[in-house]
Amino acid sequence: MSSRSSASLLLIVAFPLAVSACDREEHHSRAKPVGETVPSGESPQTIFPGSSSPPPLDVRAKLYDNNANAISQGQQLYMQMNCVGCHSHGGGGMGPPLMDDEWRYGSRIDQIATTIAEGRPNGMPAWRGKLTEDQIWDLAAYVRSMSGLPSKDAVSSRAEEMSGPTPQTLTPKPEPTNSDAVPSQ
Amino acid sequence: MRRVRIAIAATGSLAVASIALTACNRNPNPPPSTAQVYSKLPGGPRTLPAAAASPADDGNWVMPGKDYAATRFSGLTEINPANVKDLSLAFTFSTGTNKGFEAPPLVVNGTMYIVTPFPNYLYALDLTKPGAPAKWTFKPKPAAASQGVACCDVVNRGAVYDDGKIFFNTLDGQTFAVDANSGQMVWRTKLGDIQKGETVTMAPLVAAGKVLVGNSGGEMGVRGWIAALDEGSGKLAWKAYNTGPDKDVLIGPDFHPFYAMDQGQDLGVKSWPPDAWKIGGGNVWGWISYDPETRMIFHGTGNPGPWNPDQRPGANKWTTGVFARDVDTGKARWFYQSTPHDLFDHDDINEIILADMPWGKGRRPVLLRPARDGFFYVQDRRTGQVLSATPFGYVNAYKGVDLKTGQIIPNHDKDPKVGRVVRDICPAAPGLKDWNPAAFSPVTGLVYIPHNNLCMDFGAMQANYISGTPYVGADVKMYAGPGGNRGVFTAWDPIRHRAVWEIKEDLPLWSPALVTAGGIVFYGTMDGWFKAVDARNGKQLWQFKAGSGIIAQPISYKGPDGRQYIAVICGVGGWSGAIVSGQMDPRDPTGALGFANAMKDLPMKSTTGGMLYVFAVKR
Repeated sequence: MSSRSSASLLLIVAFPLAVSACDREEHHSRAKPVGETVPSGESPQTIFPGSSSPPPLDVRAKLYDNNANAISQGQQLYMQMNCVGCHSHGGGGMGPPLMDDEWRYGSRIDQIATTIAEGRPNGMPAWRGKLTEDQIWDLAAYVRSMSGLPSKDAVSSRAEEMSGPTPQTLTPKPEPTNSDAVPSQ
Repeated sequence: MRRVRIAIAATGSLAVASIALTACNRNPNPPPSTAQVYSKLPGGPRTLPAAAASPADDGNWVMPGKDYAATRFSGLTEINPANVKDLSLAFTFSTGTNKGFEAPPLVVNGTMYIVTPFPNYLYALDLTKPGAPAKWTFKPKPAAASQGVACCDVVNRGAVYDDGKIFFNTLDGQTFAVDANSGQMVWRTKLGDIQKGETVTMAPLVAAGKVLVGNSGGEMGVRGWIAALDEGSGKLAWKAYNTGPDKDVLIGPDFHPFYAMDQGQDLGVKSWPPDAWKIGGGNVWGWISYDPETRMIFHGTGNPGPWNPDQRPGANKWTTGVFARDVDTGKARWFYQSTPHDLFDHDDINEIILADMPWGKGRRPVLLRPARDGFFYVQDRRTGQVLSATPFGYVNAYKGVDLKTGQIIPNHDKDPKVGRVVRDICPAAPGLKDWNPAAFSPVTGLVYIPHNNLCMDFGAMQANYISGTPYVGADVKMYAGPGGNRGVFTAWDPIRHRAVWEIKEDLPLWSPALVTAGGIVFYGTMDGWFKAVDARNGKQLWQFKAGSGIIAQPISYKGPDGRQYIAVICGVGGWSGAIVSGQMDPRDPTGALGFANAMKDLPMKSTTGGMLYVFAVKR
């Protein structure tokens, strides 16, 4: 193999990496505002009578999901707002685990945002009015990242805690994954 | 006028009739107390349960502790070391729950009562019929959201029977009185507020016409209290907080703590940073004992909040200690703080056994307390004076207890500090022994202690107080202590301050113990083994594998057929078993406040499921 061809191979590999790196760092502070509500967030596992498919993903999902800035902001809020007290560093305790692939109320980021905003009847508190919509979406991005669903290049390589689990970049994904993550044929 | 007079006359004759009835029922020779029965056994003077607090066994089991002295001792002798190998199943009953089951069943005159973890169903089983079918089920319907503010699984530690009623608490902070025959509610009183993170998990105690209840929430910044409800009406008689000004704590002229460290005005305010006592814990989620002779109750207080000690400089009165209070008024008589300025979540809420110990030429009324901080305390019941305090397992977080000042001697190498992780702290947060009570036998004079052997790494960090959410401020990882076994069952001699025998157990012991006059000790393990061992030497005599791990207390009762039965309920969970009952992810060592790290193998060793098992020896 000539040195020229290996250089071009490197370029081919490096180009998409560079592109995704730009995406993941994007701060959408000047973006066009989108609706100021957290969606109702139906689960894809929910039955929708009279239709064959779940509602489309909320338009704001792509601004937060897989976004390193949102995930790291969410990671700090997770500690500050005492999420850690119930869910630990993802392993659970008073609340269910978040790092596994079981989602009682759906694994989509808009569904997670809804859970945080509205609470759930078995003890999840409702944070609407206590956190801004942006903070709720940041938290949802971080919570989703705990399960290993976003790509590893978006998550933080250092843990917020002193004595917790291995950093997210090193945490193996559970197998098999929840059916939420399986594309339908 | 006339009508009124008739009414009075009728009431009068009713009163006379009921007095006459009582008189008829009264045995001219009342049965002797447990203390009298066993005082004359050969082998010299022995430690005996407080006489007034331990009537001789009538074959029922009406409160978790068996009696006010909290002996968990059954006077029945049919099952003994010779025939225990023939114990076999008499009947079973599925509780319909899959959370940690900590409550013992109760047996009252041919009916068994079972209170479950959330949703706190109360079942009555008819022991007079084959297979013990259910008579009725009472569903209190506690608020579902209460599950989100219960620190360590949604457990309930039991019900209590008195005067025709069953009393129990629900997770969302209500106390219920239910007619023991009909299963109809008599009254309900709500004392707890889940919006503040307050729950109730303890078993009430009924004494002197009062139902005594305390709150949980030491991990949620909940201010601890104990309250007395009128047994007949459920109305609040008194309520004493365990932090704050003296008037809230019911401290007055009758309060005489033995040691200088516990003396002073409004220490419940002064020993805290400004206003920190309002969210400072000191909850009453464990056990209460009662001495009818002096009309005093004894109860411990839980950990101060948050766990991060740097946020609460001071002694943090009146957390992690023991109160003696007047049962009628709640007024404090004395207090002893086992661990001033608690550093490790060492709640002092464990059972308090009331005993009379040989002392010089006579006897001394004492409390026997196998405590979470690892010391077995023997204290004078009248004053709180510590007579001895000896570690009953491996302890490196404290160096001892100074009997002159009453002060525990800390090991400053293990002091947590914000921003650093302190390693190898023993005992870990659940203590050398947690809530699950020991049993005391007047036959052997020994205290049978099921307990842990766990150490921990502790990383303190700033905790934010947001009401209704956890207030902890610590990352914890627990693991097995020296030897590698996570549990120990120790038979302790309170007079000679030493273990007589011990059994090493792989998993932490989370089930209370039962000891019988037949000479057998019963306890369960978290992988579902229900064991019978010889009370004299710890030799295993029998075991049975239940469907789920056992963290509930076994009991012994005399059935309607006159035979002796042993009953226990399985159902893994609780703080130690939350990794299974909460379906937690074992990859996070800090899960369940750090207990998950020590229990990673439990999901392979037990699944959930509440089930009652009742055993008898085949005839």
